[in-house]
Amino acid sequence: MLNRTQEPVFKQIENIDFIKAEKYLLKNEIPVFIVNAGEQELVRIEFIFKNKAWELEKPLMPSITNAMLTEGTHSLSSAQIASKIDFYGAFFQTDYNHDRSSLNLFSLNKYLANTLPIIKEMLTGSIFPEKELKILLRNQNQKLKVGLEKNANIARRAFTSALFGDTLYGYANQLKDYDQVKRENLLAYYQKVYQPKNCSIIVSGKIEKSVLALLEDLFGNWEGFADKEDLKVDFKSSQEKLHYIEKPDALQSAIRIGIPFVNRKHPDFIGLQVLNTALGGYFGSRLMNNIREEKGYTYGIGSGIASLEKAGYFFIATEVGVDVTQNTLAEIEKEVNLLKTELIGDGELSLIKNYLMGSLLGSLENAFSHADKFKNLYFFGLDYGYYEKYIHTIKNITPQQLKDLANQYWDYNSFYKIIVGKM
Amino acid sequence: MVKFEKFTLENGLRVLVHEDHTTPMAVLNILYDVGARDENPEQTGFAHLFEHLMFGGSVNIPSYDEPLQRVGGENNAFTSNDMTNYYITLPAVNLETAFWLESDRMLSLAFSEKSLEVQRNVVCEEFKQRYLNQPYGDVWLKLRPLVYKKHPYKWATIGKELSHIEDAKIEDVKAFFKKHYNPQNAIMVVGGAVNLAEVKKLAEKWFAPIDKGVKYERDLPQEPVQTEAVTETLRADVPSNAIYKVFKMPGRMEAGYAETDLMSDILSQGKSSRLYQNLVQQNPVFSQINAYNYGSLDTGMFVIEGKLLPGVDVAYADECIWKELEMLKTEPIFEDELTKVKNKYESTKEFGEMSLLDKAMNLAFYELFGDANLINTDIENYLKIATEDIQKQANNLFKKEAATTLYYLAN
Repeated sequence: MLNRTQEPVFKQIENIDFIKAEKYLLKNEIPVFIVNAGEQELVRIEFIFKNKAWELEKPLMPSITNAMLTEGTHSLSSAQIASKIDFYGAFFQTDYNHDRSSLNLFSLNKYLANTLPIIKEMLTGSIFPEKELKILLRNQNQKLKVGLEKNANIARRAFTSALFGDTLYGYANQLKDYDQVKRENLLAYYQKVYQPKNCSIIVSGKIEKSVLALLEDLFGNWEGFADKEDLKVDFKSSQEKLHYIEKPDALQSAIRIGIPFVNRKHPDFIGLQVLNTALGGYFGSRLMNNIREEKGYTYGIGSGIASLEKAGYFFIATEVGVDVTQNTLAEIEKEVNLLKTELIGDGELSLIKNYLMGSLLGSLENAFSHADKFKNLYFFGLDYGYYEKYIHTIKNITPQQLKDLANQYWDYNSFYKIIVGKM
Repeated sequence: MVKFEKFTLENGLRVLVHEDHTTPMAVLNILYDVGARDENPEQTGFAHLFEHLMFGGSVNIPSYDEPLQRVGGENNAFTSNDMTNYYITLPAVNLETAFWLESDRMLSLAFSEKSLEVQRNVVCEEFKQRYLNQPYGDVWLKLRPLVYKKHPYKWATIGKELSHIEDAKIEDVKAFFKKHYNPQNAIMVVGGAVNLAEVKKLAEKWFAPIDKGVKYERDLPQEPVQTEAVTETLRADVPSNAIYKVFKMPGRMEAGYAETDLMSDILSQGKSSRLYQNLVQQNPVFSQINAYNYGSLDTGMFVIEGKLLPGVDVAYADECIWKELEMLKTEPIFEDELTKVKNKYESTKEFGEMSLLDKAMNLAFYELFGDANLINTDIENYLKIATEDIQKQANNLFKKEAATTLYYLAN
């Protein structure tokens, strides 16, 4: 007779194989990293540039420059770029984050010789036409207007601004900023940042030899100048810990709580990720169990650690019924403090360890995800030894070490607390 | 090309196996052939609430999530108007844990009052978070009943109103389970680093003992052809005016679906699409505009939705949309345009095959549509389409009297 109360025997995950990126240099020394895997005849090529400048007077310059790459070059109009790329079933994507700006191409291998030259055009011959710029600014402005109606967005903006002030990391775009973007500033930023000396190329997918030859052919002769200047982010956090933005008609309050934190380069980072998992990093976390599964206050609550190049931050985020805003805050405080005063039980910790190992294994689904893992290392000056350490830490960290970390890094009173809604 | 094997247990459970040894992971996906369309009109939102309760413990296993996380697995689920789909990803070496968990909740739930009480609250918060506390969040709550007069697609999966969820009783939960959650009504897909013989053995062991239950015979009121245009105006605190225009379209497996699907790509996929080029770029009327379809199994919705730029007259914007639709009716699209959307369809399919979970889900969906092998052959329905087919379908669809339009205006 089948015993359904008895769970099947299970195995621990011992080894995780990484498909390592292989490095090549083009003639002009642009580094190309190749992650070759998979059976689908397709490839992703990312051209990644470090952000080089940020000024409070021109806060949108880096992001708009990036978004405008698709909007016209010396020889191709915005419409022509779009129809060429679309015709070959390819996708491209501009991507801007706090540290980097990139232009990414997803293409079937068989059309790469047709699609990659368009990328070259965009990286070397963009002209930032006024008409397209006007349209883009107007549409982004409209999008922000909608975004500003969402309490969770308002909380996110107030949060980063409290943590990082008026810097690249903290500044929240204002509607008026869209009126002040000037074409010549974008051109200047483009000249400064989109340079071969500031470029890394990451290629992933099923990579044929011809890909490297094609890259060499198109980008190996790309000449430019090197701008040695490194961007500084000197932030001052707000004095006020509590930021309450009242929304009289709100049905839910958006809550965001946290502090500036260590990033991936710090030796404690991995241990803190384990600690964060216990608090709010997975579906079975303490915050989810208590605030969603026990009390039904919310559809979801979670916590995380974001790793930026020159800083990091720890955050807890949720949206709860307005009538339980206060209760939720009290429960969050309780859960943070419990991890500081009581040791995590062995059962819970072994579950978290297994969960994290499974989740690492599962996150290595295909060539793209292996390349993403590589980017986490490369841009933080780390090597694959980091993941060995990651696995070792997960397997060996003790309840006492986690409690010590909680005491060292978490002080609920010093956390910034943003509440948008009612309480 | 997605290779798979299929077998059926004696109790009627269909099992599809897709071996993919490029990954160390496995996926177990179970689709139940029940969605919001199968709900009692007085108890809407029930299929989705029920999905939440599937995680509240089963007859022999008090916690669903915990044992799964302990073996390194993750899970989630979603409910649509047509179906409810549950999936687990976990290290393939621990595949049996997924069989143990999924078979026990197909056998029977714990039906705990506490779980019902909490999940009623969670779903009410979800209702607020996604539908009420967002600009334009309630649009589908308003639009569905304008489009559908008879068919149960007239309510959204979250339900018509909060009270339907608040009033749910444990007896209702039990009855719903009995009616819909049995092997005959389910499709299981197992994929990843697994092999057919092992999956057969595990399926026999864990699922074969489950009683086949009574087959649910679906008999839904079908939506009549629309003969009169429906127009409604709504005002709310939103930052810009919006237009939502809906035409009824063929169901997922009906003639004309593929043509309609490609038509939405012609209109709005990518920046080279017609709506973007003509109404965002050349003649700026909208800040964003999209055309898409719901892929519903019964008569579906072809939707055009746009947010107007400040100062643009709503009636004029509406005319501009019609002009684009008329163009599809009167002139064949360019060969290049058709090739473009076909190429895009092909590459999207190829990119999708990089994800094990996507493959497993798609196998389940296609099996529900009638035949899992459509995952490999459906593309032929798209590739054979000619420009005149698109024109013909545009004439079938875009009739003035068949339009439902909602003007969602800023206060």
